[in-house]
Amino acid sequence: MIGGLFIYNHKGEVLISRVYRDDIGRNAVDAFRVNVIHARQQVRSPVTNIARTSFFHVKRANIWVAAVTKQNVNAAMVFEFLLKIIDCMQSYFGKISEENVKNNFVLIYELLDEILDFGYPQNTDTGVLKTFITQQGVKSQTKEEQAQITSQVTGQIGWRREGIKYRRNELFLDVLEFCNLLMSPQGQVLSAHVAGKVVMKSYLSGMPECKFGINDKLVMETKGKGPTTEDQTRAGKPVVVIDDCQFHQCVKLSKFETEHSISFIPPDGEFELMKYRTTKDISLPFRVIPLVREVGRTRMEVKVVLKSNFKPSLLGQKIEVKIPTPLNTSGVQLICMKGKAKYKASENAIVWKIKRMAGMKETQLSAEIELLETDTKKKWTRPPISMNFEVPFAPSGFKVRYLKVFEPKLNYSDHEVIKWVRYIGRSGLYETRC
Amino acid sequence: MTDAKYFTTTKKGEIFELKSELNSDKKEKKREAVKKVIASMTVGKDVSALFPDVVNCMQTDNLELKKLVYLYLMNYAKSQPDMAIMAVNTFVKDCEDPNPLIRALAVRTMGCIRVDKITEYLCEPLRKCLKDEDPYVRKTAAVCVAKLYDINAQLVEDQGFLEQLKELLSDSNPMVVANAVAALSEINESSPSGVPLVEMNAPTINKLLTALNECTEWGQVFILDSLSNYNPKDEREAQSICERITPRLAHANAAVVLSAVKVLMKYMEMISDTEFVSVLTRKLAPPLVTLLSSEPEVQYVALRNINLIVQKRPDILKHEMKVFFVKYNDPIYVKLEKLDIMIRLASQANIAQVLSELKEYATEVDVDFVRKAVRAIGRCAIKVEQSAERCVATLLDLIQTKVNYVVQEAIVVIKDIFRKYPNKYESIISTLCENLDTLDEPEARASMIWIIGEYAERIDNADELLESFLEGFADENSQVQLQLLTAIVKLFLKRPADTQELVQQVLSLATQDSDNPDLRDRGYIYWRLLSTDPAAAKEVVLAEKPLISEETDLLEPTLLDELICHIASLASVYHKPPSAFVEGRSGLRKILPASTRLDMKKMEGSGDAQPAVIPSQDSLIIGDLLSMDINPPQVMQQSAPAASYSGPDLLGGGLDALLDVGAPSAPSAPLGPPSIPSNPATGGLLGDIFGLSSSPSTYTSPKTLWLPAVKGKGLEISGTFSRRNGQIYMDMTFTNKAMQPMSGFAIQFNKNSFGLIPGQPLQVPTPLTPNQPCDVSLPMNTTGPVQKMEPLNNLQVAVKNNVDVLYFACLIPMNVLFAEDGQMDKRVFLQTWKDIPTQNEVQYSINNVSANSDAVVQKMQQNNVFTIAKRNVEGQDMLYQSLKLTNNVWVLAEVKIPPSSNNCTLSIKSIAVDVAGGVYAAYEGILRS
Repeated sequence: MIGGLFIYNHKGEVLISRVYRDDIGRNAVDAFRVNVIHARQQVRSPVTNIARTSFFHVKRANIWVAAVTKQNVNAAMVFEFLLKIIDCMQSYFGKISEENVKNNFVLIYELLDEILDFGYPQNTDTGVLKTFITQQGVKSQTKEEQAQITSQVTGQIGWRREGIKYRRNELFLDVLEFCNLLMSPQGQVLSAHVAGKVVMKSYLSGMPECKFGINDKLVMETKGKGPTTEDQTRAGKPVVVIDDCQFHQCVKLSKFETEHSISFIPPDGEFELMKYRTTKDISLPFRVIPLVREVGRTRMEVKVVLKSNFKPSLLGQKIEVKIPTPLNTSGVQLICMKGKAKYKASENAIVWKIKRMAGMKETQLSAEIELLETDTKKKWTRPPISMNFEVPFAPSGFKVRYLKVFEPKLNYSDHEVIKWVRYIGRSGLYETRC
Repeated sequence: MTDAKYFTTTKKGEIFELKSELNSDKKEKKREAVKKVIASMTVGKDVSALFPDVVNCMQTDNLELKKLVYLYLMNYAKSQPDMAIMAVNTFVKDCEDPNPLIRALAVRTMGCIRVDKITEYLCEPLRKCLKDEDPYVRKTAAVCVAKLYDINAQLVEDQGFLEQLKELLSDSNPMVVANAVAALSEINESSPSGVPLVEMNAPTINKLLTALNECTEWGQVFILDSLSNYNPKDEREAQSICERITPRLAHANAAVVLSAVKVLMKYMEMISDTEFVSVLTRKLAPPLVTLLSSEPEVQYVALRNINLIVQKRPDILKHEMKVFFVKYNDPIYVKLEKLDIMIRLASQANIAQVLSELKEYATEVDVDFVRKAVRAIGRCAIKVEQSAERCVATLLDLIQTKVNYVVQEAIVVIKDIFRKYPNKYESIISTLCENLDTLDEPEARASMIWIIGEYAERIDNADELLESFLEGFADENSQVQLQLLTAIVKLFLKRPADTQELVQQVLSLATQDSDNPDLRDRGYIYWRLLSTDPAAAKEVVLAEKPLISEETDLLEPTLLDELICHIASLASVYHKPPSAFVEGRSGLRKILPASTRLDMKKMEGSGDAQPAVIPSQDSLIIGDLLSMDINPPQVMQQSAPAASYSGPDLLGGGLDALLDVGAPSAPSAPLGPPSIPSNPATGGLLGDIFGLSSSPSTYTSPKTLWLPAVKGKGLEISGTFSRRNGQIYMDMTFTNKAMQPMSGFAIQFNKNSFGLIPGQPLQVPTPLTPNQPCDVSLPMNTTGPVQKMEPLNNLQVAVKNNVDVLYFACLIPMNVLFAEDGQMDKRVFLQTWKDIPTQNEVQYSINNVSANSDAVVQKMQQNNVFTIAKRNVEGQDMLYQSLKLTNNVWVLAEVKIPPSSNNCTLSIKSIAVDVAGGVYAAYEGILRS
């Protein structure tokens, strides 16, 4: 299991060091600094073995978080745990930075004591942790409160406490999709997938049981077999083929496996209900058509056509196309029909920004790039053109069909709950080779 | 208020100042002081001098302050054991506190203080806390047992904590169960005997599976990891556990997913229901693919594991090639791993896409990545024959870029392509030669030299080229020197007229000026060969080279199986067994349960007339007899299959495989410790008796001497093979001809044509006293790895005892491989007979057999050769018989028995015609018996 946990700043100074096991000595702290942080070459692996001691590290901003062990631990677990700690710290004090870590070192030690016992991860749910790791010093809890805390930390529904009350029962569902694409210069889709997630914000009283319905092909088909709901799968209703999905720990997985129904008791506030991945029938919101011509050794011409490919009534936003330029670029002349384009030398790219663009439109940019003559034989490797955007629909075709709320003990019914659903499609890694 | 200031106090006299602050009356000041102490401790300053003052602050009702003091205690108690006693009272008192958080905190901290005196006081509170009414305290106490075990194992056993811990497995609270499982697994793993202290049984497993649905993500990981150590007693149990854990594949935590994959991969080995397995396999792919959209660090772990999974079960991800395409922004470690998997998944169906991707990668910036991409193109050429031409064209394009390392890498792989497809692409040699002077890496130089030597007859100026290398001979890497020597000798043998001088020169350089013994030896061998018998030299040096295999970099199967048991863990990331990087602990080696399913494909492979294939590697492979420097095992294999071979190949995971020989793949108890091993010696004997009485005996050839005492360092082994009640046995007589008693016997087989592996550990009554022959019967399974041997029924064996590891080879009489279900339906027989082409028919005559047809029928029947039909043609009796080998190769035979003669004629037909010789020998043996 995890033998120790260290946090360093970018210089390699220790900010936090907590050792859980006797086999990890103080020298381990230095070993990591010398061999990884101060290593002359760039780190080639997130796992490093130094003298039979294994180090797992995650670097975020300028902070290194490292777990160390001498045993054959579950590596996936260690990384998931490190990521969870970072999450946890962020939710307590915001951005991970040297300043923030130093300012909260007592809190961090307290957290580390709680969520890792002898190297075994314990309950890491921030919602629950916040109920009893408060930094408030003495907080005279009544016996009931204490019992409630402990039963929640260890309990079957560890993510929600009893006795939550809202005057207005309300919930928000955000379907957030990241559309990933790799396209060849000729417009052939090399790979495309949508990584989506459903984020729920629930403000519901009591212990509500929720049932979530989506237009998943598998679900619709199993439903279709039932005698009572045969009209639901009538032809023409769009369905989405989900390759794989994962759920927040509150979802009863065994029920999903057997009945394909998503039922759960939600945590209070915001959480990620499910993540999913689709690869079939993705409607790609934008298409980039590049045309690059190298004119001699000192000049290049680039033309990029951008087409929006969705309903004309919808608006795409925050559109940004990044066209890489060679390292020896000396000057760029730009003409674009829409939006603003700029050559950014620091990024070695032309950045073309368009605030808004309706569906089924087309626009273009042309650039003349002047190059310095160089003697290096090395060819410019033409990185792909990447783009960012946001569209108000789900590129995968994912639809929320219903979200029903049952709270047997309190007297509010499903239709009294105010529900909001929103779809956002964003670019993931959306690249076109040129 | 910011706490950052505590990190900056560096003035002198600090300790003294802190001391006075710690003793201050003001609570706030005290708290500040403790914080300063902890901050100093963190950055590595020694603040142990403050021990008594800090401990004084312990009795407080401020939980935050208490935690800080505890943190200090855990760090320094070991260095101040006497002082630490001062804290005991507070701990004991805290363990009785009404607040469960404080009770748990006390027991948690006490377990971390490794001071004997404190440990003594820990027992009572711990016992109470294990039964505490509050689950939070119980779950903390469960982990504390593991802590205590680490400090004092005996104490834990004596105090009965193990039993208490076991009871917690049935706790009503899922988190308590999860922590108890974690603690138990750790205790089991570290048990000094290697035998688990607490065995899991079916009811406990059931409880765990129930808790699995309800506990935290980490708890699920603990439970799944411990399930992977459990061996279901039968297929049904395995199947039902699989069904109950498949829902975990949809969990958001990658560790839960991978741990579930581990259990499924392991249990799948036990399940023979192919339908079930294929459904399961289909369910595995999507979650594995999804792992690739997690954080890069998790992706890395996932990819390393996918690499193993793809080797074990290539079908799982065969349609998922695209997701392994490299993204521009992937960290380099993810890129390299993806590339590895792409090559493994490359097939005829997707090769076009793969190639165009690889070509893109070859123009990237990172040198390692580019090299690997170039190498990958070569590997595609070798793997997918149809693509070879395009791959070669791509490589040529890349060579045109003149980027130094790309060119060198390309030349290394082109050499392999030449090996795989001789006489196809030699036209490009001239292009290669243009780049001769840019090569500065030994591997590339050696490859180029090999190419020149190999094709010396087609390169007009081969002698000049080689001569140019010769100038700096002394400065070359030994790999290059050896290649150069061999290449020049090849050249000489091909064009003796004008290269005599050159060969003289290189031979003298190698034998006189070099102090590398390998080089000298090789030089001398060539020299003598050339001077005594040039024809023989030609045969040796220009011998036909064995083909190189398509798959490269495959893990050795036993290691792969072990690593499959370690999916998700560090071992799977390093691709090394835990013993390679974990100190001390003598944990049992994990092995996959013996597969119950006959892998048809694998088995057929051995019967087909495949050319002997050696596994190629990234390093240079030179096929001629004398280039042992580069890849000794392979070369040995092809040159001297029977007599001697190198250790590693035979021993699988190295010598420790032999040491662990107790465990491997006994079918009854796959991973189980040898707790109740059915004694194979007696078992074998019993089988013998039953075999004799209940069914007519099968033919067993007499024992022959396998290992003479002279070679066996005093141990003589003679033996034979037999088949009793459908089980193959290796019957051996061990005789100790030395003066000392021998002990510690173990046995291993090299990969062989029929996948034979020992079914049990070798049980020789030890010590084996001198001059006392001892009969041992070893049951064998046919589920091992398959590799075609020459002759087909050759079996290479290693026997280990306290003296040494001894090697010998023996021949398996084919009749022990005749399966009981070898009777073919009449019509099928007819059809099959017709379907097998006539060139696959082999005729033999068996002389001096005095038997009529009925006797033949009966004799053969006893040995699992079944008579399908009998005819009488012109006075001759014709028998049509069928038999099936254990690897599912069918053999059809026709026996002609003339009425008045002792000779009969045997015609054998089989798809795999190689087996005919062995079958004939078996017929002869049986009929003569």
